[in-house]
Amino acid sequence: MPTSFVLNGKPTHLDADPTMPLLWAVRELAGLTGTKFGCGVAQCGACTVHLEGQPIRSCVTPLAAVAGKHITTIEGLHGKPAKAVQAAWVKLQVPQCGYCQSGQIMSATALLAKNAAPTDADIDAAMSGNICRCGTYGRIRAAIHAAAATLEA
Amino acid sequence: MAANPRDVPLTSRRGFLQAAGAASAAALTIGFEWRLSGRRAMAAGAIPATGDTNFVPNAFVRIGGDDSVTIIAKHLEMGQGSYTGIATVLAEELDANWANVRVESAPADAKRYANLAFGMQGTGGSSAMANSWNQLREAGAKARAVLLAAAAQQWQVPVTDLRVEHGVIHSPDGRHATFGALVATAATLPVPETVVLKDPAQFKLIGQTIPRVDAVAKSNGTAQFTIDFALPGMLVALLQRPPLFGATVKSLDASAAQAIPGVVQVVQVPAGVAVIATGFWAAKRGRDALQVQWDDTQAEKRSSAAIVAEYRDLADRPAASARKDGDALKAIAGATKKIAATYEFPYLAHAPMEPLDAVVKLSSDHCEIWAGDQFQTIDQANAARAAGLEPAQVSIHTLYAGGSFGRRANFYSDYIVEAVSIAKAHGAGVPIKLQWTREDDIHGGLYRPLYVHKLEAGLDEHGALAGWRHVIVGQSIMGGTPFAAMVKNGIDPTSVEGAANLPYAVPNVQVDLATTKTGVPVLWWRVVGSSHTAFAVESFMDEVAHAAGKDPYEFRRSLLERESRMRAVLDLAAEKSGWSTAPLPPGKGRGIAVAEAFNTYVAQVAEVTVGADGKVRVDRVVCAVDCGTPINPDIITAQMEGGIGFGLGAILYGEISLQDGHVEQNNFDSYRVLRMNEMPKVEVHIVASALPPTGVGEPGVAPIGPAVANAVFAATGKRVQTLPFTKGGFA
Repeated sequence: MPTSFVLNGKPTHLDADPTMPLLWAVRELAGLTGTKFGCGVAQCGACTVHLEGQPIRSCVTPLAAVAGKHITTIEGLHGKPAKAVQAAWVKLQVPQCGYCQSGQIMSATALLAKNAAPTDADIDAAMSGNICRCGTYGRIRAAIHAAAATLEA
Repeated sequence: MAANPRDVPLTSRRGFLQAAGAASAAALTIGFEWRLSGRRAMAAGAIPATGDTNFVPNAFVRIGGDDSVTIIAKHLEMGQGSYTGIATVLAEELDANWANVRVESAPADAKRYANLAFGMQGTGGSSAMANSWNQLREAGAKARAVLLAAAAQQWQVPVTDLRVEHGVIHSPDGRHATFGALVATAATLPVPETVVLKDPAQFKLIGQTIPRVDAVAKSNGTAQFTIDFALPGMLVALLQRPPLFGATVKSLDASAAQAIPGVVQVVQVPAGVAVIATGFWAAKRGRDALQVQWDDTQAEKRSSAAIVAEYRDLADRPAASARKDGDALKAIAGATKKIAATYEFPYLAHAPMEPLDAVVKLSSDHCEIWAGDQFQTIDQANAARAAGLEPAQVSIHTLYAGGSFGRRANFYSDYIVEAVSIAKAHGAGVPIKLQWTREDDIHGGLYRPLYVHKLEAGLDEHGALAGWRHVIVGQSIMGGTPFAAMVKNGIDPTSVEGAANLPYAVPNVQVDLATTKTGVPVLWWRVVGSSHTAFAVESFMDEVAHAAGKDPYEFRRSLLERESRMRAVLDLAAEKSGWSTAPLPPGKGRGIAVAEAFNTYVAQVAEVTVGADGKVRVDRVVCAVDCGTPINPDIITAQMEGGIGFGLGAILYGEISLQDGHVEQNNFDSYRVLRMNEMPKVEVHIVASALPPTGVGEPGVAPIGPAVANAVFAATGKRVQTLPFTKGGFA
């Protein structure tokens, strides 16, 4: 039974096991590989996408659960907070291995979309579900503040 | 975003085509092996050949008629910034226009691309910049010399009249030409045998903060990792490995697995049972449905507690000598004050964010591998053995690695060999991607070994350190591997580095090593020996300083008179942290530690707050580093920051423990790593130096553990001697 949803603004119909996690549907069936597999149990945040603008862990979200919904992946990010976040990521040279950064950017963008001037505590709350083994946390924090500053300006 | 060639995903085939479209196709038609084979696999003739000439003066650079400067990186980019560093050094001597520089990974070819520190192709030991510094400078300078000669010939002017700036050669009469305009002539000229390198005072790129070549692709989801790589018709395999190290398959019932839609085949391979399917999810469901009985008669069935007890016993028995200066036992026996401590270090997993994976396409005479490959020469040999081919029949495309921390640099090529053996068992020549899960990674062995360290010291009547004895007990990383020749007189240098080379001036020093055997496979882990020796040495030195009634910074300093570089980073970290000038309020503490690893010197001062519940929060870390010539200060800073975060997570929370041989952790829920809310503020200070560059990927990890443990002591009077901190209720 195909599942229909809107992926990065495009109506999408995927004929797949409805229990398949959205992560694998997006990566292997829709061919969008920016969203990453890190743990499979919602512990690392590498698979973060937006469901109706809210960050979710696609590795534990069954495909059936997104029927009729809007899903945004790193490939479909748009709008001012997203652009500010991605620009700050490059400006502050955040990525090292880069593998977790799609998920980090999705979480950071969702944070800024609802809170244009997050405090360090807000950042901790929004970002502590995203693991970076390279230890880029300090730069992620600085980049979120920098992105917030450009949104304010 | 792809208008700038640096911004395309560097190792991505798709990025390749975008680059081809954006720039001249000419630069993409050169005969580097991996490219040719890559194109064959994609679509014959997809990139039209042109008559344009490229200038390929050596194995490390190719200059196109479109002015593109393609620099071939022999080292894996796993986050440490190697691509940017390599490109910077070569482009510096070439005087290239940085905007035209792009980086491509080298094929597996030890003749051209050996790590000069290893004698084989591979990345590790923080050696990428150190081993290739002169090689890359010469490669760039020779290419520049030929381009100058080409301009001189075309314009009939003396070469000494010409100058090069940003990829353009200028003549005093106003004529000028870009590199691209000179490639046809340059390609006909001889490459000089020798060349004069730049005076460092003339450096324009080295020493500057050049943005990473991979930053954009890694901020928009286009950077291509192995997990993202696909070939037409490719299948995905998951492998069921035994639940105990050393167990083997006794019997298999694959019927339920084979009934899962999407499962194509179940095959038994030396490492376990593989489920091959149309995609990850079907393979995962198939693997979950496997019924495997295991033969565990040869398996390791001990618990960590039993191994620690054995090691503690061995620490009191005679062991191999790694260093003996004077008579430490006598000096300690006769000391006015004696100090002793025993430290326990657990097994640690590397847990890179990208679970291990490899894509293999196997035919009767060729094995083609795509992976975040770190040990190309060894992987080539092991893959050849698994495939029944010769190493020369194995080609490797090295993609970005989603972290490694040592895990991918392994003698056994475990994940590569698994993928090859599955492709061989499948037998149809269909490309196979082997994908590990996080649980596979946490259970997968090749851990940083478990160690017990026992230290004793004696102070004389003046409070001077008279004797130092250090016994290390643990498994050898290199014994029984192709690197076994490095193990001499029972001493694996990776077990004692950071301890046997104790830098402090102590008249009587004895360092011994008891090498153990367990069924748990082990491997180097970021900063290798210093991941445990630095903790033991620097924690114990702190204990000794306090026993002597001295300030721990001043005490260390007094013993480092002949170690000027080490003392300089110690001084710098102390000064910048306010060690002597800015006391902390009660409940907070400051600790200091210093280490040398891979010829790089790092000192760190950690500030902690210990809550009423005894939990440690690291607030601030001040880090001083001397890595010789700083090639890219921002990457050095990033590696120190990252090393601190990586090391801090390990000492606070990291542990792989065994219960009756079973690994007790499964995923990031139970193998805890550092998170955003636990990352301290980090300040990095780089020592100015004109010495040849040394590495920065690992050394930043070494001092953080003892700096934090010493800070906890300063705050609470309690010593942390068993890792991780969670075991003592400190985290």
